[in-house]
Amino acid sequence: MSEPILELNGLGKTFEADGNRVVALSDVSLTFARGGCHAIVGESGSGKTTLANLVLGLMAPTAGEMRFNSVALPGDRGKGHRRAIQLVQQNPLSALNPRRTIGASVRLPLDVHEIGTSSGRAARVAELLQEVGLEPDYAQRSPRGLSGGQRQRVAIARALACEPELIVLDEPTSALDVLVQARVLKLLERLRVEHGLTYLFITHDLAVVRAIATTVSVFQRGRLVESGPVEALFAAPQADYTRQLIGAVPVVTEEEARLRDAIRAGAPMPAAGPGA
Amino acid sequence: MTREPVLTIRDLHLAFGRWGRKSNVLHGISLHVGAGEKVALVGESGSGKSVTARLAMGLLQESRATHATGSIRFDGIEAVKGGPEIARRRGNRVAMIFQDPTSALNPTFKIRGQFREVLRSAEPRLSDAEADRRAEAALAEVSIPDPARALDSYAFQLSGGMNQRVMIAMALANRPELLIADEPGTALDVTVQAQTLKLMGDLAATRGTAVLLISHNLGVVREFADRVYVIYRGRMVEHATTKQLFAAPRHPYTQALLSAIPKISGGGLPDLPERSPDFERPLIVHEGCGEPAEVV
Ligand SMILES: Nc1ncnc2c1ncn2[C@@H]1O[C@H](COP(=O)(O)OP(=O)(O)OP(=O)(O)O)[C@@H](O)[C@H]1O
Ligand SMILES: Nc1ncnc2c1ncn2[C@@H]1O[C@H](COP(=O)(O)OP(=O)(O)OP(=O)(O)O)[C@@H](O)[C@H]1O
Ligand SMILES: [Mg+2]
Ligand SMILES: [Mg+2]
Repeated sequence: MSEPILELNGLGKTFEADGNRVVALSDVSLTFARGGCHAIVGESGSGKTTLANLVLGLMAPTAGEMRFNSVALPGDRGKGHRRAIQLVQQNPLSALNPRRTIGASVRLPLDVHEIGTSSGRAARVAELLQEVGLEPDYAQRSPRGLSGGQRQRVAIARALACEPELIVLDEPTSALDVLVQARVLKLLERLRVEHGLTYLFITHDLAVVRAIATTVSVFQRGRLVESGPVEALFAAPQADYTRQLIGAVPVVTEEEARLRDAIRAGAPMPAAGPGA
Repeated sequence: MTREPVLTIRDLHLAFGRWGRKSNVLHGISLHVGAGEKVALVGESGSGKSVTARLAMGLLQESRATHATGSIRFDGIEAVKGGPEIARRRGNRVAMIFQDPTSALNPTFKIRGQFREVLRSAEPRLSDAEADRRAEAALAEVSIPDPARALDSYAFQLSGGMNQRVMIAMALANRPELLIADEPGTALDVTVQAQTLKLMGDLAATRGTAVLLISHNLGVVREFADRVYVIYRGRMVEHATTKQLFAAPRHPYTQALLSAIPKISGGGLPDLPERSPDFERPLIVHEGCGEPAEVV
């Protein structure tokens, strides 16, 4: 296995507000290899986005520590770390400022991180747009007129502008039709290989996980329940919860239905109804 | 006896913009959903699914920059030019689950107050205690683990999927006659998603709710819907029963779409057909899926 880019040791996050205590993430230890596409899946509300926020430095953990390239990640991030770890969100429209042209959105991180000369930045924007499959004249357009897939390409271009090492993708394609999704996933795969990028890929779509992830970690109620290479997880899921998840995937082919039903047969099904 | 479908849309056209800069978004959309029927609308991102839903709900208003023609009937009430007036007349008989829950929930109020308001739109005299009791039950039904905590939270304190479930619970709470669900499962794990689809299906079966489901998840569509409409760039391109559509898709766009579905059985990413002129071919209606009889 290649060197780890990110290590989590006993990571935890508890929220406290109005006397409510929510343990969003508890005692998570995980190692992510450089260059992989690491899927994070699990129950809604199990702490996936919280994990992303911790890795991005948007909030501080209440327990444990994180190491990036073997160096402890500080709660207060310096510019170097902020540049090295980037985010691509689910909703491409709300992630882009509608009053800014696409070129200005992609250029912003170049200005903030003072990457390249002022005149070189315009050329770099054109290069980044080309990298994600958009014509250079998109730089002058507003994000309003773009399709969901095009907006997601812009968000990817903006994340790439910082020349990051790790990109956190939180449901990057769930708002797209499957044809556009397939194109965006192919783009992400090509960029990962060409630039040696590492992805933390948060998704609810297990078929997407199977298609592009190298490893997968399954979360339930703030805890890691299972983690391993993607092929192993689909061949022989260990945790009951993982079997429940795979067993509940809505499928379109007989082959998938057979796989799903075989996995489901090996698991006690989730209790039906509320309050169970 | 022929009964008028709960929702009938005929030859709907929509354009945005003003002066020389109009963009045509819908080019003659027709569809219908009968009582107790579960109908899916699928298609390209940006093809016009959400605007069709918003028009049907009376949420998109005719203005100097929004131009709609055609006919949208809900239980005999014409809605194309209706806007807020129509929305009020139909009140809680129609409900919508919005694609983006964060924009549908008010960020400055706790969920509790918003839920009471929804329940009181149907029963104005409901007491706080009774409203809260029903809200908690509704949240438990969508598998929210701690309904009391959810009611005491602001939207930002809940996960994406929890907000989506709050919105689903609100939409189902008044047991509407027409439910439009625009991507109701995007932020949900598959077990919770199955649970919410079951609730929607139960409503159709027991209460005769007409359900229009908009989704990119074709597995969900296959398991949930009776009939499917496929839309591409503002035009309907195929209309079939769910069985017909998945067994033998006939329109080139539908064929390309179905071939791009990733599989849990593996096989990586599919090879992609380029967007082809073929995709612009006219509507294909499968046997048995014709327009409902004209009601005079
Ligand atoms: N700012 C906050 N204040 C209080 N509680 C929070 C806050 N952010 C998240 N939580 C809680 O932490 C838990 C985990 O939330 P998180 O958003 O990480 O889940 P998730 O796995 O991303 O879920 P989903 O799949 O629905 O997006 C939830 O119970 C949520 O209510
Ligand atoms: N208020 C508006 N003003 C101008 N254009 C708009 C407006 N609302 C939607 N559009 C445009 O109308 C077209 C249809 O949008 P719509 O949101 O209905 O697509 P959709 O089929 O729901 O896509 P998705 O699957 O991505 O949700 C898009 O090109 C969109 O940019
Ligand atoms: Mg989340
Ligand atoms: Mg939409």
